[in-house]
Amino acid sequence: MAQFKALADQPELDKYRSGPDNYGYFGNFGGRYVAETLMPLVLELERAYDSVRCDRCFQNELRELLNHYGGRPSPLYLAERFTEHLGGAKIYFKRDELNHTGSHKINNCLGQILLALRMGKTRIIAETGAGQHGVAVATVCAKYGIPCEIYMGATDIERQSPNVARMKLLGAQLNPVTSGAGTLKDAMNDALRDWVTNVKNTYYMIGTAAGPHPYPQMVRDFQSVIGNEVREQMLACEGRLPDSLVACIGGGSNAIGLFHSFLNDKQINIYGVEAGGHGIEVENGHAASMTCGQPGILHGNRTYLLQDDDGQILEGHSLSAGLDYPGVGPEHAWLKDKGRVQYVAITDKEALDALRICTQLEGIIPALEPSHAIAYVMKLAPTLPKQHLLVMNLCGRGDKDLFTVTRAIGMNI
Amino acid sequence: MKSLGVRKIINNRIDQCFTELNALGRTAFLPYITAGDPDFETSKRILLGLPAAGADLIEIGMPFSDPMADGSIIQASSVRALKSGQTMNKTIDLVRRFRKSDSKTPIILMGYYNPVYVYGVNRFVSDIKKAGVDGIIIVDLPHDADCELYAPAMNEGLSLIRLVTPTTDHARLQNIIQHTTGFIYYVSITGVTGSELTNIEEVAANVKRIRSASALPIGIGFGIKTHVQVAEISRYADAVIAGSVLINKIAGTLDENGKSTNKTVCSVLNLVSKLSLPLKLKV
Repeated sequence: MAQFKALADQPELDKYRSGPDNYGYFGNFGGRYVAETLMPLVLELERAYDSVRCDRCFQNELRELLNHYGGRPSPLYLAERFTEHLGGAKIYFKRDELNHTGSHKINNCLGQILLALRMGKTRIIAETGAGQHGVAVATVCAKYGIPCEIYMGATDIERQSPNVARMKLLGAQLNPVTSGAGTLKDAMNDALRDWVTNVKNTYYMIGTAAGPHPYPQMVRDFQSVIGNEVREQMLACEGRLPDSLVACIGGGSNAIGLFHSFLNDKQINIYGVEAGGHGIEVENGHAASMTCGQPGILHGNRTYLLQDDDGQILEGHSLSAGLDYPGVGPEHAWLKDKGRVQYVAITDKEALDALRICTQLEGIIPALEPSHAIAYVMKLAPTLPKQHLLVMNLCGRGDKDLFTVTRAIGMNI
Repeated sequence: MKSLGVRKIINNRIDQCFTELNALGRTAFLPYITAGDPDFETSKRILLGLPAAGADLIEIGMPFSDPMADGSIIQASSVRALKSGQTMNKTIDLVRRFRKSDSKTPIILMGYYNPVYVYGVNRFVSDIKKAGVDGIIIVDLPHDADCELYAPAMNEGLSLIRLVTPTTDHARLQNIIQHTTGFIYYVSITGVTGSELTNIEEVAANVKRIRSASALPIGIGFGIKTHVQVAEISRYADAVIAGSVLINKIAGTLDENGKSTNKTVCSVLNLVSKLSLPLKLKV
């Protein structure tokens, strides 16, 4: 009898961590909605990824790279003055901004470049929004001597010029995208158009936990190192698991990386912070696809999208190029519907204030993307008791945003 | 793929058209235009003129903000159409108006899944069937991702035309054929619409491969821009599909504000006559 009960409990135990199914679905979300030309390529990638998931040799090689090239594990840092300032929960920053290249994006790129090499691909393409993924792609391609072309919206090229310079210095070919609003969505369209044209030798390195299956799963797995480390580090320093997790969400790769390890620990509150732009009440003035969007199909998966009544995708807006995307990874869409993760929105202005306060209290200049998470922590922490342990993923550093930020706050430099 | 309980109706205009042309030993000409490009009225006038200009079947694009399989020419036409206020309702209305004067020429709607999904799959197939549509092509809904549209479309008697590409392997081809009605759309290149078609031998070899697996008619499209290419491709195809070259003609006749001029309709129709001529001469 006890044995039957244990079996019955099994799915419940792994309730939130078992997805996607064999067709790439998390509930109703995800899937593989791509043109026939790309289907064989996506299926080939799925087979290749399945073969390395449990391959100890591959995983060891990746671990070595993450540690000695990427700089992992990243510290879990108690933000004392920030905690004191807010007067509530005890706040830890997961310092993924200290990784090589300055964000969590390198975790995924190191995994995918090893896979691309195993698949015998000789050319890498990628899309980038803030340029953090583009820099990480250009970096791993430089390291392995593989040519790469990066699609970046013309608007983003202008607002993220330091990353543009880094990519060019690393030897990447940068292809400006002028269609649409010239942001991340348009860059992804053009990267897909490249892939459909160069089917034989090209590996498409998607930077976020979106796109057709197996990308959402693969990117999540490569980013899960973040949450796995937090679990160990928290147990080591506090002797218990955290009570709350907070991370910003564009496509959602850093967030799913932090969250995934903890999804079945039901006592833990999890918050994903979307870009509220000018405010979620402003039409087409934000990028809060889960707070304000509807389910639809874009870039190979079904997920929450910002779109009009006729199914046309909206451009959205965020001061932060990395969050300026009208969709979100399908696993997040599912976690929202399941009620496991709460998704909230933070405006441009709130993020800018949070960036300044974090910089001045902790001596850490965060990127605009995690500044959204910091801003939500500033709302949340004061409402919580002092023994409450809160972990926020500081997923990128702010060097790339200095011009945008100083202009936005009217600082003379 | 669940196909049990699905009623395949195969006597619509598409099948009739191919049967008739086959009897004449002729290849069909299948032009593509984007609904509402550059505006509703102009695209209606182009559409109404297409059969007389030489179209045997017509493919109408449902504009989408993010047409990932399309090159810059058709992307721009989608932008123009959406800017001028084109919606799914207006696209269906366009077909309805066409059917008032033409009850014979098959109409195929082509597009991306999101606008269809948001409109509602069941409502979509029912409304377009009533308006007089005969078949649909949804680019980002290959047969193994399609668990929602196939059955309702079959039950309405709509043809579901699937794409076969140079990357499609034998196993996929077998499955695609099982879930295709009307005709197979062979994509002549790996690339987006409007790219250069260079390797005719590869087209010939792949079409041979499809023919040995299926009795369905085969339309060939992507990159066909000249009447010489039309003639060449017609040796392998039951229908030759041309899109970007026509859309480019529309774009070339617009004024500096992107509005249609008195040249727009007639130059597209003239081009259709010119491109389809080699197919008529073959009779």
